[in-house]
Amino acid sequence: MKLIEIIRELGLQVANPDVDLDREVCWGYCSDLLSDVMAHAPKDSLWFTIQVHENVIAVALLAEVAGVVITGGRRPEAATLNRAAAERIPVLLTGETTFVSAGRLYRLLTG
Amino acid sequence: MDRAKEELVLNFQVQGRDFQGAGVAASQIRRVLKQVGFDPQVVRRAGIAAYEAEMNIVIHAYRGTLSARITAQEIEIVAEDEGPGIADIELAMQEGYSTAPPEVREMGFGAGMGLPNIKRCADGLEIASEVGRGTTLRARIVIKGT
Repeated sequence: MKLIEIIRELGLQVANPDVDLDREVCWGYCSDLLSDVMAHAPKDSLWFTIQVHENVIAVALLAEVAGVVITGGRRPEAATLNRAAAERIPVLLTGETTFVSAGRLYRLLTG
Repeated sequence: MDRAKEELVLNFQVQGRDFQGAGVAASQIRRVLKQVGFDPQVVRRAGIAAYEAEMNIVIHAYRGTLSARITAQEIEIVAEDEGPGIADIELAMQEGYSTAPPEVREMGFGAGMGLPNIKRCADGLEIASEVGRGTTLRARIVIKGT
């Protein structure tokens, strides 16, 4: 499913609109441990996390995820958004918890 | 010129506890590997190994260097630091074992997965360490079909 459709269905806010939202999302991954994401997040998945610091972007790039969803109403640091813009990684925001937001994605991708 | 013998070496300084600039060296290495045209799986494995090695310097050491020696046959990532060293390398290799402080763990680092991740990504891993002086890590990724 296209990222742009998922953004609409899940009501996500796009924190850095100048990125490619037309890319394909194959799966999701929930983790707040950065090494775990690099080891186990599937390529082209959407990564759900409560981490907001800029190292998230380096990890997203290495793990080749389609985007990062920051959950629980948390706001990314300014440095995170700058690095996301430079690396062209979509950063998406939701007030919902990781469980609820990822659960909705699961339903979308498997329903 | 004989392409098979060409060698490209990249060197970066890494500062301990500099979480702002963290990961920049590994990103540069990854970018170069991508530009050179290595297989995406090779780029992914080398990128992750380099990043984990760089973060180990940032988290545990005072300062260090991260370098990549790139040839058509293999990529060698070397992380050399001045720091406390590793007393028990076998223990440090165990998944889940970590000596990272709480504030670093809160950022999502220090899960005790860094060295196991490097091992998983590399075809060869060597660690030499002296307590009170520092650690040198070498991870090799062999390019198949060359």
